[in-house]
Amino acid sequence: MELYIALKIIWALLLGVLLSGLAIMVGMDMGVGTLLRFVGKTDAERRTSLAIIGPHWDGNQVWFILGGGAIFAAFPTLYATSFSTFYVVMILLLFAMILRPVAFEYRSKVDARHWRASWDWAFLVSGALPMIIFGAAFGNVLQGVGFHFSWDGQYYQDESFIWYLLNPFALLCGVMSLALAVYQGGAMLMIRGMGDLAARARRFAVAGGLLALVLFVIGGVWIEFIKGFVFTQSVDPGMPATPLGGPAVAMRAGAWLDNFHAHPLLWLLPALGACGMLGGSLALLARKPVLGWWLGALAWIGTIATVGGAMFPFLMPSSTTPAQSLTVWNASGSAYNLGWMLGFAVVFVPIIVSYTGWAFRVMKGKVNPATVVADDHSY
Amino acid sequence: MIDPTVVNLSRLQFALTALYHFQFVPLTLGLSFILAAMETVYVITGKQIYKDMTLFWGKLFGINFAIGVATGLTMEFEFGTNWSMYSHFVGDVFGTPLAIEGLMAFFMESTFVGLMFFGWDRLSKPAHLAVTYIVALASNLSALWILIANGFMQDPAGARFDPTTMRMQFKSFSALVFSPDAQAKFVHTSIAGYVSGAMFVMGISAYYLLRKQHREFAARSFRIAALFGLISTLAVVTLGDALGRMDDLLQPTKLAAMEGLWHSAKGPAAPWKLFALPDDAKQRDAFSIGIPYVLTPLVAHEWNTTIPGIYALERAAKAKTVSGIKAIIALKSFGASHDPAALAAFRKHENDMGYGFLAQRYAPDQNLSAITPALLPAVLAKTARASIPNVFVEFWSFRIMVGLGVAFIVVFAFGAYYSLKNELEKHPLVMKAAMLAIPLPILACEFGWVTAENGRQPWTVYGWLPTFQSASSHGIGYMIFSLVGFVLLYSLFIAAELYLMFKYARLGPGEHAVQPKPLPVPARPVFGQPGYANKPWQ
Ligand code: HDD
Ligand code: HEM
Ligand code: HEM
Repeated sequence: MELYIALKIIWALLLGVLLSGLAIMVGMDMGVGTLLRFVGKTDAERRTSLAIIGPHWDGNQVWFILGGGAIFAAFPTLYATSFSTFYVVMILLLFAMILRPVAFEYRSKVDARHWRASWDWAFLVSGALPMIIFGAAFGNVLQGVGFHFSWDGQYYQDESFIWYLLNPFALLCGVMSLALAVYQGGAMLMIRGMGDLAARARRFAVAGGLLALVLFVIGGVWIEFIKGFVFTQSVDPGMPATPLGGPAVAMRAGAWLDNFHAHPLLWLLPALGACGMLGGSLALLARKPVLGWWLGALAWIGTIATVGGAMFPFLMPSSTTPAQSLTVWNASGSAYNLGWMLGFAVVFVPIIVSYTGWAFRVMKGKVNPATVVADDHSY
Repeated sequence: MIDPTVVNLSRLQFALTALYHFQFVPLTLGLSFILAAMETVYVITGKQIYKDMTLFWGKLFGINFAIGVATGLTMEFEFGTNWSMYSHFVGDVFGTPLAIEGLMAFFMESTFVGLMFFGWDRLSKPAHLAVTYIVALASNLSALWILIANGFMQDPAGARFDPTTMRMQFKSFSALVFSPDAQAKFVHTSIAGYVSGAMFVMGISAYYLLRKQHREFAARSFRIAALFGLISTLAVVTLGDALGRMDDLLQPTKLAAMEGLWHSAKGPAAPWKLFALPDDAKQRDAFSIGIPYVLTPLVAHEWNTTIPGIYALERAAKAKTVSGIKAIIALKSFGASHDPAALAAFRKHENDMGYGFLAQRYAPDQNLSAITPALLPAVLAKTARASIPNVFVEFWSFRIMVGLGVAFIVVFAFGAYYSLKNELEKHPLVMKAAMLAIPLPILACEFGWVTAENGRQPWTVYGWLPTFQSASSHGIGYMIFSLVGFVLLYSLFIAAELYLMFKYARLGPGEHAVQPKPLPVPARPVFGQPGYANKPWQ
């Protein structure tokens, strides 16, 4: 049983790693997509912006795919329930996400104004929308989602999607996530771009970083007034994974801060996030984009860890049937499965990190607009 | 209550998006290896023409790849968005190959594909070649893991249902990975991709040869493709036979539907139906022509054995349903009470529980406990009928795939023969056939998937979980929203794809579609210049 508990906790941590990887890498590309029309005034500048992330966006996107796959395997009931209860926004997210690969590959293959302008709009939508949805999903999960399960494990939805699209706290989280993405994308454009392109990117990135900081602080205060979830009975972390017949759960304003009060060291997490945002913006102002990029990564990690630290062990609480809330303890895969998956992760994650690093090294350096425009293999 | 309309719309959406994704996958699988082969020749001989070939076919590869990636994203998330009960029920086993696919294959493929397109000037020749091989290998690895996942749906090996968590729990990694169904499927499917890639290259090369353009280039591409295609097609046909044998052992209902067997085939003389018009409503053929002494040896690889027909399978299903209904009633009561007696009752019937789920649909209010003895025969009859997939669809999709396979052997064989004899130009008919055949392997793949997936009905997990039970409990409005969106977006994509494919294929190798324009600002040589590395914003 102890082993099973350890595996559940490890996978909850790995889920955090995955979400951070996704936010940093995909967020960066989405940020570039969002900024494309604003930092690139000429076609050459836009193509250069695309060429900057061109060799890497597909690899980065796999963080998103792997995120889906890993949640499916490690927390099957979470995958099944969250994607279905958020159906409309998930489908919107998908529509936006699938525009992107096509936009990259097709935009510059035809030299016609309307063709390229349309794909540039596609980049804006497919960059900004997913980041807003990504953040808003966190915002919604923090407030609880209306669902319950029938005896056989099928979920049923208890509220309409309008609510989870249009609530102010979720929108705040969505805008913050977009701001961080713009920051990260801008930092990358500064690292590999030149001239006006880099100068404009810098302005947007700094604004994004500072906006994210402000929203992060507001969100931190706001959470005091939002109803969090707490167990009112003792929980067995080694329980079999089923949301049916679990211990009682109550909702109470400010409960998401309980973990912080119990373990004051956790305050380091939001501090880390805030330092990343502030320090990063300063680094960009001081024209140190590489440092700024890494501080942006820190900002994401701090933010996601803050949410995780506040909610643990809850994953997706139910506001209508709190006792059926999904937690790290009741939504996970079996011990056998988590063990095998951990083995694969231990072997493959270092391999992935090393070849991704190698690919970035091979392609590193400034992107020259002249070669981009002359090369019709280029994006 | 499960709404059948929502289930059907979910099926429709999944079928559309999966069939759509699979228009692009075979070309990725096939072209990536052909690219690697061409680049190998380039690295060994150093001849520029082979680099041009690699670049040109690589560009077409890219146009195809983009939509493959986009539509693949849909697939990865659709299990969660539309098949929530399914995902909950098998996620512990089924999610694992999907996650491993991401870790092991997609990361590699997607990272290296960027280097393959953009790394020509930055990598040494052998290093770039290695990158191209890695892309080819990784795309095949991704096929392996996704087909292991699909193999589990066809033959749920390596897992057991657990009444406490109400789902299948993972028990044996090796049983999952080495499932014979998955392995045979993997080889058949990836080689079907090679056939598609070969036909694509051969057909477009034939177009140039017919128009007497890029002759040297086209003749070489044609030869590589024809040989590669011939070998691959022979392999596909051999492995297809192995797959059919697998269905004989593991999925008798699929096999019976594929062969249109209403009555069991006893002994060697049973006819193999060459042509038939199966009528599902009346459960007989409106018309059929058969060849005796072919069916049994072909399917079972034996002379004297019985292949069960649909009537017999329905009778067997009725018995399983009686037992399955008891299993589900006991399971439900165990879930509510954790009563050991209920668990014991469930254990007695657990292997038939899938049929209990299947019967739910035909019970009053979808509640098995409400079936009175008077209602039972009707429920049994309906469940048994539902346990057989649509025979007409199955029979014909299978025959179309096989027929196309035989036709490909002929096209590739003639192509290879005349190409080796350097007599292609004297036989324009062969080249015209090659051109017209470009889309046919993809069509064969689509029909292959219809055979595989329609034949699995009514189950998502064969024998354990009915499709009817698997879908998310959405409202119809949600489904219409997503369906309309997919149809619109995907139509746009295919239009853009075909436009670019034709445009670039017509242009041919070595010509630029987009003429470089002079930059407004004089370009400075920048790369690697120290000043810029430190002050990029200047
Ligand atoms: C170029 C494409 C192509 C060609 C020529 C063939 N196939 Fe195929 N076939 C496929 C492409 C394909 C596929 C798309 O790859 C499928 C769909 C599911 C799968 O595993 O592979 C498939 C499935 C499939 C199945 C169903 C598998 C299942 O039950 O899950 C059978 C029995 C066969 N094939 C048998 C054959 C035979 C006997 C062929 C002899 C000519 C043949 N196929 C040619
Ligand atoms: C890309 C190739 C594939 C194609 C073209 C394809 C085709 C189809 C079709 C036509 C259906 C509808 C069957 C029906 O309702 O009658 C279907 C259903 C389904 N397939 Fe596949 N399939 C593919 C691969 C896969 C794989 C690899 C998996 C699993 C990993 C899978 C999982 C499913 C599921 C969950 C359903 C929905 C439930 C059902 O209707 O059975 N498919 N597919
Ligand atoms: C229905 C289940 C399927 C799912 C969930 C799925 C998932 C995906 C995803 C997420 C991608 C994008 C990867 C990237 O960003 O590079 C993708 C692409 C790909 N998939 Fe699928 N896929 C399915 C069916 C299949 C099948 C049956 C095969 C092979 C036999 C296959 C082979 C590929 C390949 C080779 C690619 C690379 C890109 C391309 O298609 O051009 N997929 N798939």
